[in-house]
Amino acid sequence: MARDRLLTRDRIVPLLILVSVMLGWELATRVFQIPRWVLPPPSAVVQALIRDQRLLLRHLTVTLEEVGLGLTFSVLLAIVLAIGIVSSRLVERSVYPLVVASQAVPIVALAPILLIWFGYGLTPKVIVVVLVCFFPIAVNLVDGLRGVDPEFVDLVRSFGGTSWQTLRVVRIPGALPAFFSGLRVAAAVSVIGALIGEWVGSSAGLGYLMIRAASQFHTDRVFAAVLVSAVVSIGLFWIVGVVERIALPWRRSARTET
Amino acid sequence: MKSAPLHWRVELRHVTKTFYRGRQALTVLGPLDLRVADREFVGLVGPSGCGKSTLLNVIAGIEQPTSGEVWLDGEPAPERLGRVAYMHQRDLLLPWRTVLDNAILPLELRGIPRREAAARALPWLERFGLAEFTHAYPAQLSGGMRQRVAFLRTLLADRPLLLLDEPFGALDALTRASLQEWLLTLWEELDRTVILVTHDVEEALLLSDRVLVLSPRPGRIVREIVVDLPRPRPYEIVTDPRFVRLKAEVLAELRARSTMEVQFDGT
Ligand SMILES: Nc1ncnc2c1ncn2[C@@H]1O[C@H](COP(=O)(O)OP(=O)(O)OP(=O)(O)O)[C@@H](O)[C@H]1O
Ligand SMILES: [Mg+2]
Repeated sequence: MARDRLLTRDRIVPLLILVSVMLGWELATRVFQIPRWVLPPPSAVVQALIRDQRLLLRHLTVTLEEVGLGLTFSVLLAIVLAIGIVSSRLVERSVYPLVVASQAVPIVALAPILLIWFGYGLTPKVIVVVLVCFFPIAVNLVDGLRGVDPEFVDLVRSFGGTSWQTLRVVRIPGALPAFFSGLRVAAAVSVIGALIGEWVGSSAGLGYLMIRAASQFHTDRVFAAVLVSAVVSIGLFWIVGVVERIALPWRRSARTET
Repeated sequence: MKSAPLHWRVELRHVTKTFYRGRQALTVLGPLDLRVADREFVGLVGPSGCGKSTLLNVIAGIEQPTSGEVWLDGEPAPERLGRVAYMHQRDLLLPWRTVLDNAILPLELRGIPRREAAARALPWLERFGLAEFTHAYPAQLSGGMRQRVAFLRTLLADRPLLLLDEPFGALDALTRASLQEWLLTLWEELDRTVILVTHDVEEALLLSDRVLVLSPRPGRIVREIVVDLPRPRPYEIVTDPRFVRLKAEVLAELRARSTMEVQFDGT
């Protein structure tokens, strides 16, 4: 693969598609004279992005804080749950169904209740982010910890290793690739969690900005805010990928794996 | 065999092993009695699936015998994990560890600081021709190199008893021959006791003081052949009439017990 060349087919094709969609959109809004408050053309979105950059930035900071805290707690919660689930049948039987059930709770219904309990501050948003994010991490981690080759465990035992050492030397490193897969999914959906939390009741954040702008028919600003959140999602996804590559150098060097 | 010792390095007393899968019972081993003296080199040959790996698992303590006892150094050793150095049939290199970190794993598990462990391992890596791969990951190694790392790791466990399960299984004849030569040198140099499982009768005879032939499953010792050939044994010894006779004896024993997959290499 020619990594150093900027214009490979891998890049040109998606770029062309993106550009033509944008052009089509721009043309359509002009030809059909669609009002800006119904569907702003891309150029108007870009204008709004530039015009409202300070506003967007201020609300972005709030959303990022919720996402950051939410992801951190999700990881911690997922680790505790996963280790509990794989090391004790009792925990597995009693907790795993609850973990799964937590995903059936409609967040849109839960969020107003969280609002009543915790007010308009950061807490209910972080809780929503955790609810959305801990699940993919926990499930992947459980699979990863379970999927470790039992003969690796025997190897450590045969050298007199304790079960704690087995966890440290075999299970955890073996589960890391799965953990990162889960984390990547979580990172991508975390922003949605924060936005939902904000929609239900808040005084700041990209979600709040979207609702307010929509009610004022500043549709271009809504689109700009959506664009920013999308970029944040993609960015988080990408960052996790980079961290993964740094944390798992052995996967890069594999000759057979891809 | 060397003169009778005060106590045996390993002693299996009427050991059997049965695996239960649901209601189904599969007796894999025994009853089996085995005594190995200190500094003895014992070869184990037997048909595939007769329980050789299971036997080593039992000696290492990964599996407990269904009945019978395992003694180490003259005492019953119901808990013996960590007391013998075991090279498994698969190389079991941890893919996320470099060659060095794989090799020093047993030292690390014993709490020896990494720096000290590395200092101990480096000369060996040199000697094993792995020096330039010290910081490579297992996925970057050839099959032979992986086996050498696994072997080194077993050696660094630094236990008087080595259990080797087909250590040179996946290697070409040349690499195999040179590794066999090494193993002999090391054994003579380091005063270890070795139990070697192999499919290769020639290998067993070349290296061992005694070769034990196991029956098909459930594995029992059906024949003991003392290899009274002088040491050191150069590879050319395989053409020595005494060697050829011993080999024929072992092969006949294996063949007599039918369905086996022993390595025949046109004699
Ligand atoms: N943990 C286990 N549970 C159930 N059955 C097992 C287990 N381990 C081994 N067996 C069975 O025991 C028998 C002997 O296996 P073992 O690996 O000891 O044979 P082996 O002599 O080492 O064979 P090979 O020469 O092919 O390596 C096989 O039939 C195998 O399926
Ligand atoms: Mg085996």
